[in-house]
Amino acid sequence: MSAEFLQFLISGVTVGATYGLVGLGFALIYNASHVINFAQGEFVMLGGMATVFLLGFGLPLPLAIALAVAMTVLAGLALERFAIEPAKGASTVTLIIITIGASIFLRGGAQVAWGRNFHSMPAFSGNDPIVVGGAAILPQSLWVMGGTALVVVALRWFFNRTRTGKAMVASAHNPLAAQLAGINGRFILLLSFGLSAMLGSIAGILIAPISLTYPGVGIMLGLKGFCAAILGGLGNPMGAVLGGLILGISEAMTAGYISSAYKDAVAFVIILAVLFFLPSGLFGTRGTERV
Amino acid sequence: MSSLSRSFGGLNAVDNLDLVIEPGPIHSIIGPNGAGKTTLFNLISGLYRPTGGNVFFENKDVTGQPAWKLAGLGLSRTFQNLQIFFNMSAVENVMVGMHLKCDTRFIPSLLRSRSVVRDDRKNRERAGELLEFVGLGGYLGAEASAMPYGALKRLEIARALAAGPKVMLLDEPAAGLNPAETAAIDDLIREIAAAGVTVVLVEHDMRLVMGVSDHIFVLERGRLLAEGNGHEIRHNPDVVAAYLGESARDR
Amino acid sequence: MNLGTPQTGGVLAFAIVIAVLPLFLPNAFFYDVVILIGINAIACVGLNLLIGYAGQISLGHAGFFGIGAYVSAVLTDAHGWPPLAALLAGMLFVGLLSFVLARPIMRLKGHYLAMGTLGMGVIISIVLTQEVELTGGPDGMPVAALSVFGWQASGEKVWYWIVAAVLLATVWLALNLIASPVGRALRAVHGSEVAAQTLGVDVVRYKVLVFVTSAVLASLAGSLFAHYAGFVTPDEADFIHSIQLVTMVVLGGMASVFGAVAGAAILTVLPQMLTVFHDYEQLVFGAVLIGTMIFMRRGLVPTIGALLGKGRL
Repeated sequence: MSAEFLQFLISGVTVGATYGLVGLGFALIYNASHVINFAQGEFVMLGGMATVFLLGFGLPLPLAIALAVAMTVLAGLALERFAIEPAKGASTVTLIIITIGASIFLRGGAQVAWGRNFHSMPAFSGNDPIVVGGAAILPQSLWVMGGTALVVVALRWFFNRTRTGKAMVASAHNPLAAQLAGINGRFILLLSFGLSAMLGSIAGILIAPISLTYPGVGIMLGLKGFCAAILGGLGNPMGAVLGGLILGISEAMTAGYISSAYKDAVAFVIILAVLFFLPSGLFGTRGTERV
Repeated sequence: MSSLSRSFGGLNAVDNLDLVIEPGPIHSIIGPNGAGKTTLFNLISGLYRPTGGNVFFENKDVTGQPAWKLAGLGLSRTFQNLQIFFNMSAVENVMVGMHLKCDTRFIPSLLRSRSVVRDDRKNRERAGELLEFVGLGGYLGAEASAMPYGALKRLEIARALAAGPKVMLLDEPAAGLNPAETAAIDDLIREIAAAGVTVVLVEHDMRLVMGVSDHIFVLERGRLLAEGNGHEIRHNPDVVAAYLGESARDR
Repeated sequence: MNLGTPQTGGVLAFAIVIAVLPLFLPNAFFYDVVILIGINAIACVGLNLLIGYAGQISLGHAGFFGIGAYVSAVLTDAHGWPPLAALLAGMLFVGLLSFVLARPIMRLKGHYLAMGTLGMGVIISIVLTQEVELTGGPDGMPVAALSVFGWQASGEKVWYWIVAAVLLATVWLALNLIASPVGRALRAVHGSEVAAQTLGVDVVRYKVLVFVTSAVLASLAGSLFAHYAGFVTPDEADFIHSIQLVTMVVLGGMASVFGAVAGAAILTVLPQMLTVFHDYEQLVFGAVLIGTMIFMRRGLVPTIGALLGKGRL
């Protein structure tokens, strides 16, 4: 494997992991509510921005991270409680507008609180690249990949081993039956938003030392995370992570070998190609309408 | 004249089924749940593609043709789970049924040409007449979303009639209706058949089936178990064993 | 209920409003806002046909707006085409492009359709940004003035009448379409695709039809904008703009042609009004969006119409 290829691969996996985490958030919320949360990217932004802000106060990194995640989770819960729940039963388009309104709201809030500037965050363990096979890996990349892997493992455990997790899965498959079995739908909904916010903020915190953070960083990230979720088949959390990785690697390869100008377009070209041939994503379930 | 015959294979719901539907008599398709009745309808009306076999309409092979083309040949249907256009009024629902007879050219529609307007007025009147015919005269100005279930079942029938079909498939027209409403549907079906439409019914309500059908097909697990008139079916031991056992006691 | 009256009455009333409005516009700034409303409204009426009546969704329509704008810009500025020809060329190009894209995209449903149209719009936006040779890149490019057979359109008053005339024509055409069997077929597709199919409606063909129509109208609006503003940037085609268009349609009222116009008006004026909030502008805007969607789900015009007991507009 050439050093160049390895370099691209690593940067692709790094950014792909971020997309995967964002896509995971989309998938979770969609599973619980059939809502596409266009504010998902803003959770990512909040994670990074809040951490930078708290670090500015002199707080130690772990504490800043924990508080930033907590703040974002609160935002996510508030979003569910004040914007999604009151709109129960609204049409798809209406819900899309609501979450877009929420994303504008959160962006506006961030601008008010922290200004419009770009901010950088110090890397967790320094900036000295580690050289592997001719490629230079930033330590932060390892944090991103490791952090994402940890999150995925933890989620799998959560969904397969804990009562609450299993309740969430059941609710996603058949909300009515789940309710009849005593599962509290409202709680599941809140939980899914909180969980997605947590995932988004973690993604934002992990990636912030590599790419700068600013109030508008969530827009493109959110869109690409949405791509990842669709690629993996909407409603398939693990598929979303895989989708994110595929997108990230494709993006890096395109930027490296073809043209870095069109880097951003790659994710969307892929998703269009997939949708044209597989209208339900790579791993999604095809539903049939009963007449 | 019109005669339908089809043989399917493969699709597990419907298994190597051979049916011939002659014009004239009112046909019914009955069978226990899961026998494949609605699947059969979906195959005939072009909503599903058969995995094996053919569908013929008036001796022409129409297998695999999309539903909208079959409508043009004279086929229409109603649905087990209501597929009413709730975003429109009752009259407009019926008017959609006349789609193929309207001027649907794009530019003239944009420009509100005389033929489009004229057609529209005629069709609105005809829709009103159809609503009266099925007994929904009182709902002339109503929105579909404001109508009760029983009325909506009839609205679907009016809509299916609007196209002036040669063959009409009715999928459980009496589902969820009380005996009085069912009897009214009974009369309606007779009137439709008398007007020259070949009616094919899928029903669970034995009273309706026995009362109105001239010819009955019994399906079980996707296969044809028996066919004949009401008397023959009622006394067919296979049928009684598979299906009529319980409801025969009710009569 | 007479078929003729609701539309003719509506169009007439609208024409009167348009004719009288200039009397209330004190200065060029107000003219500017109203012209922008008109341009957005043209795109929104088209988008409303797609979203409100046919029940589909598009999160990438600004892409078509942007293409229209840039085709006008490039052909008139770099190649000296007459503006009207360039405008028509834009509409033709967008018509062809949307036709080719429509078939695969319209097979998608719900969120997948949202993603498909979103992706399409973003790709268009990125191409416009990156092809610096052709489009001037992120900084944009200038556009020649609109001139027809030597007569040049300049000044806000002239532009007001141009945009007003085009909008009036668009509204009239849209209302005619809705009231026709074609319009009913579109609404049937929204109501139940399955039933529509069995009644003879070629659902795919109608979805393509409404998609192309709305795309072409967006292109028209884009071309007008290009000549009016005298300058275009890739922002005209970006995701944010696509969302603005969808929001205008939803806010004003889906399945309501005048709702689309109202939505365009509200969302063009609102940011101006919100500047009083200075830094808090985005916050308030987001909150307003959320609030309106929660409390007036069907959009402004149908909700108000229902309150007043009127029929559909």
